[in-house]
Amino acid sequence: MNVAAAANETLAHNSNLLVYSAMAVYTLAFLAHMAEWVFGSRSKVGRTAAALTAQVKAPATVSVVAQKGGTAVLERPKVITKSAAGSREVPDGPGAAGGTEKGDLYGRIAVSLTVLAWALHVGGVITRALSVQRAPWGNMYEFSTTFAAVAVGFYLLLLTLKKNVRWIGLPLVTTVLLDLGLAVTVLYTASDQLVPALHSYWLWIHVSCAIISGAVLYLGAVATLLFLFRDRYEAKLADPTGDQPGAFATSVLERLPSAASLDKFAYRINATVFPLWTFTIIAGAIWAEAAWGRYWGWDPKEVWSFITWVAYAGYLHARATAGWKGRKAAWLGLIAFACYLFNYYGVNIFVTGLHSYAGV
Amino acid sequence: MSTKTDTPRDPDTGAAAAADAGSDLGAAGSQLSTAPTEDVTFPSLGPLGWARWFWRQLTSMRVALLLLFLLSIGAIPGSLIPQTSIDPVKVDQFKVEHSTLGDIYDKLGMFHVYSSVWFSAIYLLLFISLIGCIVPRSWQFVGQLRGRPPGAPRRLTRLPAYTTWRTDADPDEVLAAAERMLKKRRFRAHRAGTAVAAEKGYLREVGNLVFHIALIVMLVAFAVGSLWKSEGGKLITEGDGFANSLTQYDDFKSGAFFDTDTMEPFGFTLNKFVATYERSGPQKGTPRVFRADVTYFSGADGKEHKTPIEVNTPLDIAGSKVYLLSHGYAPEVTVKDGRGKVVYKGAVPFLPQDPKNFTSTGVVKVPGAQTKDGKRNQLGFQGFFVPTFGGKGSGSMFSQFPALDYPVLTLTAYHGDLGVDSGLPQSVYQLQKKNLKQYKVKGAPLAKMMLPGETMKLPNGDGSIQFTGIKNWASFKITHQPGNGLALTGAVAALLGLAGSLFIQRRRVWIRAERVTENGIGITVVEMAGLGRSESARLPEELADLALALEPDAPLAPNAAPGTESDTPSQDPAEPTDSDGPADPSEGARA
Ligand code: HEM
Repeated sequence: MNVAAAANETLAHNSNLLVYSAMAVYTLAFLAHMAEWVFGSRSKVGRTAAALTAQVKAPATVSVVAQKGGTAVLERPKVITKSAAGSREVPDGPGAAGGTEKGDLYGRIAVSLTVLAWALHVGGVITRALSVQRAPWGNMYEFSTTFAAVAVGFYLLLLTLKKNVRWIGLPLVTTVLLDLGLAVTVLYTASDQLVPALHSYWLWIHVSCAIISGAVLYLGAVATLLFLFRDRYEAKLADPTGDQPGAFATSVLERLPSAASLDKFAYRINATVFPLWTFTIIAGAIWAEAAWGRYWGWDPKEVWSFITWVAYAGYLHARATAGWKGRKAAWLGLIAFACYLFNYYGVNIFVTGLHSYAGV
Repeated sequence: MSTKTDTPRDPDTGAAAAADAGSDLGAAGSQLSTAPTEDVTFPSLGPLGWARWFWRQLTSMRVALLLLFLLSIGAIPGSLIPQTSIDPVKVDQFKVEHSTLGDIYDKLGMFHVYSSVWFSAIYLLLFISLIGCIVPRSWQFVGQLRGRPPGAPRRLTRLPAYTTWRTDADPDEVLAAAERMLKKRRFRAHRAGTAVAAEKGYLREVGNLVFHIALIVMLVAFAVGSLWKSEGGKLITEGDGFANSLTQYDDFKSGAFFDTDTMEPFGFTLNKFVATYERSGPQKGTPRVFRADVTYFSGADGKEHKTPIEVNTPLDIAGSKVYLLSHGYAPEVTVKDGRGKVVYKGAVPFLPQDPKNFTSTGVVKVPGAQTKDGKRNQLGFQGFFVPTFGGKGSGSMFSQFPALDYPVLTLTAYHGDLGVDSGLPQSVYQLQKKNLKQYKVKGAPLAKMMLPGETMKLPNGDGSIQFTGIKNWASFKITHQPGNGLALTGAVAALLGLAGSLFIQRRRVWIRAERVTENGIGITVVEMAGLGRSESARLPEELADLALALEPDAPLAPNAAPGTESDTPSQDPAEPTDSDGPADPSEGARA
């Protein structure tokens, strides 16, 4: 009598196995990243402070001739870039490995392990989807595992594009382990079919966009948080008469990209995801119209999506408003992401509304 | 960097964007955005001065930011405190449980946050601010479109991206070529003095304006939707129907401007309701399929059509939509009175008390019953219905499963005056027991558990009630909500505008070509510089592309000696470079 096929037990079991294996490998990646940071801290080269002094000598206004010896072929001309007035002109740190070979080796091992863990992780998500023959986003367990997979996937994509993002590896792997740990213990729900309210192709559209938005915004939030630390650090260095950062803080922070780079990275991510998040809400409204007869009804989930959206709009505004750039905008960005998190964990667990998931 | 130590430690200046560079660069950086400038100076006295000052403040970015912040904070309580519009029962419960807090909340409008005075005030102020911001910005933008990109600043080297080279070509020709090249790349370019000034990416500003205007459109759509909407509920038992008129609704609410006299004629009949549930596993009992099969008509003499209505697929009919909301069971009973006459026959909807397994309660009211000697003896029955009885041993009347596996109806009976003739409306799901007496057998209340087909006899030969079968009922929401199309249009426009606003770079490029005399030889120095609305990695790239594109018309001077870097005084005396590549002074400068 049941139209929906019974969940394929074997596949579901395999999915769990894959997720557990992924967690084991992520743990190894975590350890390798730790080793990278530890070995990197012994490096005596690439100190930001040294770089800072060197930088001072370079006048910011240099012009360069784009030319090639005697031939009259214009090669790709060198373009001199100059940061806007008021920025610190601090170069990026050398990364977690601190320029040491050993640190770098562990870093590479960590990345390779992350790739392996991610492959297992994605396998887990896909077998889960196959076991239920639907989008694997019907409950918080599935949501959490997919969320982490997207975050790591996006990080690996940036690495593939040769972006300087290895510094995010350690915090990312750590939180992915936390997220998966929470998913397999507290949030675990056996694989099964969806309630009729979730039978809609809007599930694919709306929920996948929500997951992608959140996972990528998470990377932005990590960068924003690190920006706040690094910015304080640079401000202290820039003022030799004030108090100076401690040894541990220096060791960690000097290896990060400059505050300006972190800020820019976070901004790019937030600004790129904002339209996607906007679309997520619009798609949700269209779905709500089809399912409940109104596109907007101030259901708690809707309210918090709206709050998150307004908070990110506030962040973008802050960056365009004099006096709110930098740290204040960064705080707004963190608050905005906290709203996203609350919308996910808080609203699902503590608040009852129409958006209930099967078994949490 | 040491030159920067005199800047305040305030790190906010750290990420200063090119907009600030505008102040350094005079007109070159002006109006690269239509963002209003901040102005917090106090007004000269006088009401007009104050009014103007107030308006300035309201339409400033700073206040917009503040209002956005307030809006998100103001939205929070509505998600944590029960709301009348969503769950009035919960609100009443809350008021009972927390009487003082309930009163305070009531005064603050906390039970209807999104229609409260203060929440409305926040968003109305925000939208006034928005309009006050949009209108002048649009004008300003039109002005910018009419005007021309500002001329080149004197020292191009101070711009965020810069490059230069020497050529033998004539400066006029270089500039003419530069203008052509820029125009071909869809820059707005014009010549001013010894330089070409160009700008591109106006769509960014368009996108930004479209986005903000679309927000207003969405607010209007929201207002239209709530003023002209109507929404009603109707519970229908299989075999029964509904026609769209006010009296047919179980409950109905409408916006201030909805005209209840001109409701569209349409209606439908519920033929059958189908529900299936998970039979095993940890999610046993979870619904899998809900479907209402209906026959509907629309228009005065509309033809009949059959269609299913499901949870995500409402019926779209005559400008309204019919949604399937919930369902339950309606036990069918036949009641005979003391004279042996059938005084009631039909299905009575019972309301689920437990949404998972459908333990339901309900009442049967029989106003027309009489005793065997023809005296008025209204009958009322009250009881439980369970679709799947736990069995005799289970001892309780709780259902074990939502489907009809082992249906049992338990009733007790009352007689006397139901109170239905008093003219006061009363719930069909409750008995008013004030003037009713419960039937008793040997001192104990009469009650019987009945399987389908079984009968409960009333004492004193007052009649009987037979449980003959079970029907499903389904409840529907029928809504008419204008403005949906407008809201969707606004949303799509907002999205497109946003993409334009965030992904398009607005930037200016200047190309200068001047004849100079070096060592007695005349040569042309070409300088190019770019300025973006915000720092962008792509700007230097683009500048390099432009330089390459201009190169055929301004070829590098063949004998351009290393000494051509004459305007880079910081350079170490250059080694003669006969080596394989150009010295890269930028490397040297950075080291
Ligand atoms: C309904 C509330 C509002 C929302 C949700 C909102 C949202 C946004 C968003 C997401 C952006 C980012 C686009 C970008 O960075 O280019 C933006 C930019 C902007 N908004 Fe708003 N806005 C609102 C109200 C206002 C108001 C009241 C003003 C005027 C005081 C305003 C002025 C601006 C300006 C000037 C920009 C462009 C900033 C820039 O050029 O970077 N907005 N807005």
